[in-house]
Amino acid sequence: MSPYVVLRVVSKLLIPLIFLFGFYVHFHGEYSPGGGFAAGVVVGVGVILYALIFGMEAARKAAPPYWARVGMALGALIFAGVGFVSLFMGGNYLDYTVLDPNHTYLGQHIGIVAVEFGVLVSVTAVIIAIFYGFAGRERTGDGAED
Amino acid sequence: MVEIVAERFTYAVILVLMMVGLYAVIATGNLVKRMVGLSIFQTSVFLLYIATAKVFGGGPAIFDYDDLAYGTIPEDAIYANPLPHVLILTAIVVGVATLAMGLALVVRIREIYGTIEDDELSEIDHDDELKKGV
Amino acid sequence: MEPQVLPAALAAHAPALLVMIPLIMSAPAAMIKNGRVAWVIAVLSVGAALAMALEVFLATRADGAIWSYAMGGWEPPFGIEYRIDALNAALLLLLGTTGFLALLFAGPSVADEISRGKRSLFYSAFLICFAGLSGVASTGDAFNLFVFLEISSIATYAIIAMGWRNDRQALTASFNYLVMGTIGATFFVIGVGFIYMTTGTLNMADQAQAIAAMNGNRAVEVGFAFILVGIGLKAALFPLHQWLPNAYAYAPNFVTTFLATTATKVAFYVIIRYSYDVFSVHTGFVSNAMIWVITPLAIAGMLVASTQALFQNNVRRLFAYSSVAQVGYMMLGLGMATSLGLTAGMIHLINHAMMKGALFMALGAFALSYGIRRIDDFKGLGQVMPVTSAAFTVGALSLVGVPFTVGFISKFYLIQAALDAGWWWAVAAILISSVIAVFYVYRILVAIWVTPPGESDKAAPKRVPLAIAVPLCVLVLANLVFGVYAEPIVSIARAAADAAVYGGVTP
Repeated sequence: MSPYVVLRVVSKLLIPLIFLFGFYVHFHGEYSPGGGFAAGVVVGVGVILYALIFGMEAARKAAPPYWARVGMALGALIFAGVGFVSLFMGGNYLDYTVLDPNHTYLGQHIGIVAVEFGVLVSVTAVIIAIFYGFAGRERTGDGAED
Repeated sequence: MVEIVAERFTYAVILVLMMVGLYAVIATGNLVKRMVGLSIFQTSVFLLYIATAKVFGGGPAIFDYDDLAYGTIPEDAIYANPLPHVLILTAIVVGVATLAMGLALVVRIREIYGTIEDDELSEIDHDDELKKGV
Repeated sequence: MEPQVLPAALAAHAPALLVMIPLIMSAPAAMIKNGRVAWVIAVLSVGAALAMALEVFLATRADGAIWSYAMGGWEPPFGIEYRIDALNAALLLLLGTTGFLALLFAGPSVADEISRGKRSLFYSAFLICFAGLSGVASTGDAFNLFVFLEISSIATYAIIAMGWRNDRQALTASFNYLVMGTIGATFFVIGVGFIYMTTGTLNMADQAQAIAAMNGNRAVEVGFAFILVGIGLKAALFPLHQWLPNAYAYAPNFVTTFLATTATKVAFYVIIRYSYDVFSVHTGFVSNAMIWVITPLAIAGMLVASTQALFQNNVRRLFAYSSVAQVGYMMLGLGMATSLGLTAGMIHLINHAMMKGALFMALGAFALSYGIRRIDDFKGLGQVMPVTSAAFTVGALSLVGVPFTVGFISKFYLIQAALDAGWWWAVAAILISSVIAVFYVYRILVAIWVTPPGESDKAAPKRVPLAIAVPLCVLVLANLVFGVYAEPIVSIARAAADAAVYGGVTP
């Protein structure tokens, strides 16, 4: 626990805003610069800030390392899953148009937001996993991902 | 002469970067520096692609939401070719993955061998082989 | 395309599914912690990919049949196209079959070599590698090909490095492969970039048309040279093979089995695709590259790598050098720039997968039972593990090219193609390289069968698990059956070569 009260108070205020901004970048990224990669990094950095201020113990409790491993896979699963959903709805693999029942351009919006959400989950998890990998590392430890 | 060089200035820079990267990979014995060289080499290729996307007088290929939806982008709109940007975005991710993989290996090598200098590593490997009687 | 073996709804999307099923299943394999469950997931998804590959293969058997699948519904040449003709259909079938057999073998072998906590991640990485290789083999988009190439490569570096518990040299081997492989892939991107700049398209079929219309543009030819060097690195073309021996020697046994049967083959396919399909092999630049670059390097590889194999004591490294020499045979077929030569190259590609699969699997069984790697340790193995030793012997004889094995068939067709091209010196090189192969195989076989066992460390014979015995027997039988009845392999290879040379229409 950091002894600096200012840091703690300000970061408590800031971290939710950082998350919010991450999601703003994600949803806005559909038709302007942004998207899953940038958003994922922003959200991941929010968790890292929390760990820096409140210590690794608290961070591990808030975002367990196992979640990071699951998150990495889950993101890929969401991305590929959207492709399979479009298969079931009668289109080709990753054909977003069929996601909208009326087959208008709306399907493209749904598809890209869903796919980018998968990217967001994956990138966030990877950023957190890398941070844990290095922060929780002893000099000759055996805890790394290979 | 100056004109010829000036016209191809981007390519000259890319070429220099490419050679710097490749040279660093070959010449250094330090594994981390080798990864740095590899990254420079890859980045020069990213620049090569991005340089081709430039359209004189064109801005970024970002249009207003309504324009896209109703197909009212002006006919004479000039914008940079977005395709190379997309490709390089993918290639950057691939490059980062390679870099991460390489650095993870370097960390592991450092832990197990106790060094990240290529010549020392090959010496240790050689001794290992002799010990096993190969 | 008419559905062949699968239900129509599945069959319609087979080209996408054979890549996407392993890719998506790698995610749950990474999420769970139990290695055995991850293995079952891997077997099922590779099995599904094999079924898709069979479907695709049967559907593209007809002359000139091309199965084009538009990813995301974006029509080619603007969208990413999965384009499958007889050439990559043959490769996909090979990839599925060997991947499936190797994965059965993986069950006991990986349980022996990889620590418990890492097994599910190992299978996840393997599935990504498999999906990447399938993607390279099925995509019709040059940049997509690069991405899949890197996906498979990065996963490969990871699974090679996982051999470090047996031998820490796996780490340095994997790192060297990473550096060389990345340089190779980057060269490939540079080449694709040059071609994209001049033709304005990334679709390979579209590129082929544009390049044919250009009639000898320097920038495009430079692009071809970059691609040849970059993929040559991945395919272990002779002077670019330095990463291969150590990577094969220190990777886990299963990884070596899988890579030796698939990875270099897929890179070889990319070279065929670019030099015969995207570029025309009859244009001056490409045919010069074939005759003056590929052929001399192929022959040098056959001779030098075989000779290097003679001096190895680590059996897996010996066969790794032999793999480099065998790549030389394939490249020689490619370098002849004739339909016959390419057919011979494809025959050897398929046959080499069978023999190296059998050999490395038998080595894996030896390592599982006794943990041995050096030739000296092989003394008297024939007495304690007679069946596995016999299987190993069949694979080794096939490698040499003894009649009634597939090795003989590939050499027969290769020599026939060389004589047809009037290249008697190539025939001489093939024969010399085969003689050298006799010597290095002889050393091992003598140790196994003739030399009496040394100390009593191999006293208790151990049973080979069924999961190893079955795929090993399948591969050995394939070596023998297709060595006598070669027609299926030859016709597959001929169709593949015709697809590459004539666009699938037999003249």
